[in-house]
Amino acid sequence: MDFPILTYMIFIPLFGFIAVMFLPKEKHTLIRWASAFFSFIPMILSFYLTYIYYFNYSGSADMVFVEGPFSWIAPIKAHYYLGADGISVPMLFLTGLLSFLSILASFNITNRVKEYFSFFLLLESGMIGVFCALDFFLFYVFWEVMLVPMYFLIGVWGGPRKEYAAIKFFLYTLFGSIFMLVAILILYFTSDPHTLNMLELIQTTPGVMGHSLQLLCFAFLFVAFAIKVPVWPFHTWLPDAHVEAPTAVSVILAGVLLKMGTYGMLRISWPMFPEATRFFAVPIAILGLIAIIYGALVSMAQKDLKKLVAYSSVSHMGYCMLALGAYSSVTAISGCMFQMFSHGLITGALFLLVGVLYDRAHTREIAAFGGLGSKLPVFTGLMVLFSMAALGLPGMSGFVSEFMVFIGAFTAPAPDLMIITALAVLGVVLTAAYMLRMVQRVFLGEFNSEKWSGLTEINVREVLTVAPLALLTILIGVYPSPLTNIMKATLENLVNLMAR
Amino acid sequence: MPDYNLRLIIPEIFLFLWALFIIAFDLGTKRKNPKLIGYLTMGGIAATAVLLYLYHGGISFNNMFKSDPLALFFKVIFLGSAFMAVGSSFDIIAQKIKNHRGEFFGLVLFSTVGMMFLASAGELISLYIGLELTTIPLFILAAYYKDDRISVEAGLKYLVIGAFSSAILLYGLSLLYGLSGTTDIVMMKINLALLYLNTNGIGWALLMAIVMVLAGIGFKLALVPFHMWAPDVYQGAPTPITALLSVGSKAAGVVAFMRIFIDGLYGFADAVMFPLDWGNIVAVLAAAAMILGNISALRQKNIKRMLAYSSIAQIGYVMVGMVAVSELGVGSVGYYMFIYLFANMGAFAVATIFNDNTGSDSIASYAGLSKSSPMISAFMAIFLLSLAGIPPLAGFAAKFFVFAAGIQAGYTWLVILALLTAVVSLYYYANVIKMMYFAPDNPTIKLNTPLSANIVLIIGVAGLIIFGVYPEPILNFALDTARVFGF
Repeated sequence: MDFPILTYMIFIPLFGFIAVMFLPKEKHTLIRWASAFFSFIPMILSFYLTYIYYFNYSGSADMVFVEGPFSWIAPIKAHYYLGADGISVPMLFLTGLLSFLSILASFNITNRVKEYFSFFLLLESGMIGVFCALDFFLFYVFWEVMLVPMYFLIGVWGGPRKEYAAIKFFLYTLFGSIFMLVAILILYFTSDPHTLNMLELIQTTPGVMGHSLQLLCFAFLFVAFAIKVPVWPFHTWLPDAHVEAPTAVSVILAGVLLKMGTYGMLRISWPMFPEATRFFAVPIAILGLIAIIYGALVSMAQKDLKKLVAYSSVSHMGYCMLALGAYSSVTAISGCMFQMFSHGLITGALFLLVGVLYDRAHTREIAAFGGLGSKLPVFTGLMVLFSMAALGLPGMSGFVSEFMVFIGAFTAPAPDLMIITALAVLGVVLTAAYMLRMVQRVFLGEFNSEKWSGLTEINVREVLTVAPLALLTILIGVYPSPLTNIMKATLENLVNLMAR
Repeated sequence: MPDYNLRLIIPEIFLFLWALFIIAFDLGTKRKNPKLIGYLTMGGIAATAVLLYLYHGGISFNNMFKSDPLALFFKVIFLGSAFMAVGSSFDIIAQKIKNHRGEFFGLVLFSTVGMMFLASAGELISLYIGLELTTIPLFILAAYYKDDRISVEAGLKYLVIGAFSSAILLYGLSLLYGLSGTTDIVMMKINLALLYLNTNGIGWALLMAIVMVLAGIGFKLALVPFHMWAPDVYQGAPTPITALLSVGSKAAGVVAFMRIFIDGLYGFADAVMFPLDWGNIVAVLAAAAMILGNISALRQKNIKRMLAYSSIAQIGYVMVGMVAVSELGVGSVGYYMFIYLFANMGAFAVATIFNDNTGSDSIASYAGLSKSSPMISAFMAIFLLSLAGIPPLAGFAAKFFVFAAGIQAGYTWLVILALLTAVVSLYYYANVIKMMYFAPDNPTIKLNTPLSANIVLIIGVAGLIIFGVYPEPILNFALDTARVFGF
């Protein structure tokens, strides 16, 4: 590729971050549209990238759009090295889309507008970087770069407990990252010649690293990624951060940041440490099962609409972990990727819609509403649509991904996850229970016309922010093969790598 | 015939004469031009840097004075810290110090000359003299607010502890001399190795020497358990002097440590000596420094005390690279100190500016600063995040190299501990950011900064961003210094 598309995708938002900082701070409209512009271009580029990949490269597992490796810090052999394959392309697509939509959805921010949008662009730059970095040092830098804007976005523009939520998110993620850093250093010094190149490490590590050291590095990386996902015992930062964060930031958190954990596992841990993957597969699947059931049960008990969506993320990411436990099944791993993509769309949209309601009602308490269906038909329609998608109604993307996960995990040649999968199917029922209960209590029943008479219907800008997500959810729900085709070859190769 | 290569000490001679000139000039102009002498001082430091660039590389005074890459690298740090300390003290000079302005700058320069001699010391006596010339002016400077009880207490405390630690250091050095029969560090290395082979083991005298030298330099570095003077002195001294203490004087301690331990006692860092190798002893002290420094910093309400404890912790991170005793180890320590210069001097410069405008050092009074002074708050956030080691700021690269050296040398436990404490440190650094950004607005604070302080802040931020994104040139320079030790 002559045109360094990935570099442009990373650096246009970064340039936007700097440019927006130099705009006069009173010109809110200008700042908003400038930010929208700086996130619109990467979105278009991500669409273009997906298009090119689908038609030209989806049959092979090779890295494409490769840039580098260009020497960056020669003494430690860090390189500027980017590339994309079937795992990163869907994630880049999702990041480009959700970032732009989130910026559109943030147009109603009035406090410290300039800082908000510049931080948001910095965040986007970091996220795109994570999904295409192929050098460990570069990957780690992007991974951490996002923490700072996220900390500020939650801490300045968040809800009542924003300070607590912001620092908890920051410390929790940093705590995870340091284990990744140790693992990176161990990998660097065990490889011979020393390298930070992920692709090389994937090829060589199983050959040079001893069994126990592999287990250790895998465990270290797992902590870092599991905190991001978040896998069950590491999930406690999530409800705080999601609930306190402003709407658009919750969308990015749920839609993109959580995916980085599973992305890191698929890109790094699993292929790099096949022995350790085999060793830990069953416990990981069990963690997935716990997350599915626990997340669903906790969601059921929530009184706050946003908290309900937040905990449903724990439950939904549990499907990914279950699928990752079934490392030998291409179907399961595809289901995992599919679930990552579809959860990004659905939960992103749910957070946007909850934000729309909160902006008008200034409360998110489920019990405070009732019968909104008659007053806000369009809003209700959208909300019900995404609730159905979340509970896995056939015809929507959520169904496809869950189905693939279950089939894959159930029939996986190794390890034997039949019982765990069978139990995990219960999660679907529980999801249906809390989603339907929420729909019933908020949208059906008697309308409190006295209290909510001033409630207005969702406006055009807000519809525009969720409409693309609705279209995609249905599109890949009805016709999933484009998405599965994009990742098929890469994932088959991945499963082969894990079989070493 | 010994070779007195005077050419090599031209920068030191110039800076010394310049210090005298500054004092005389201040007296001659009847102390009317505080700004002018400030800029003259900064100009003198810059001119010294130019001279350093022109005249370096070689040995003079019969190996007592070495102008090698290590000395050059650290001299850049010393000059940088003096430059930034002088630059941030203009308001203090204008408002609080009425009578002895010339002496204030002159003493800063004398101390810097001492650090420069120390960095070049090739044997124990010149090293000791350099160290004394570094610290004696700092005793006076720490007590420079004559009417302020805390400042005087700081000066006195520093004097007593400083004299005490110098005595211990001198005792240790004399034991080394007794064992090796030489004060030349390279000769000492050889003689001690022979002694070790002849007596087939490490004697108690050598162990005592190691412990005493470690304690003596440990006081200068504020390494746990020799740190207890630091918070009080840091709090009481004028803030730019605190900054100089925490960067310049600390870097001087680091280079003295390198000369004595990595060079002179090279053979005794090895695990062959276990458990009496100094590598292990220092590793334990480093671990204690990181734990104690970071945990104590959590509870501080005064920004200078917080930064004091943070600098105790930071020296622990430096020591992780030091105990590696390798090319990457020495290089990473140099890089770390170089970056620490920008981050810590910057943070102290902001603290100085804030105190000059509001008279307060308490962290709580930073509330809402981002609204009234967005630029300074953003700079402070960058300094603190770099100290915490968040990429892409240079503090991250520095930590990465230090930890890489630690892992390479097999100190994995120390690196994991260091990383865990780094997470803790984020909490108190972020606490200041939280105050500035998340707290309700406080429109009453409006910071005015003199031009010189702005220069300091911009140098700090630019250094952290540029060397964070592109650390290679400085890292190569720092790795080059490791050649001095034959790595």
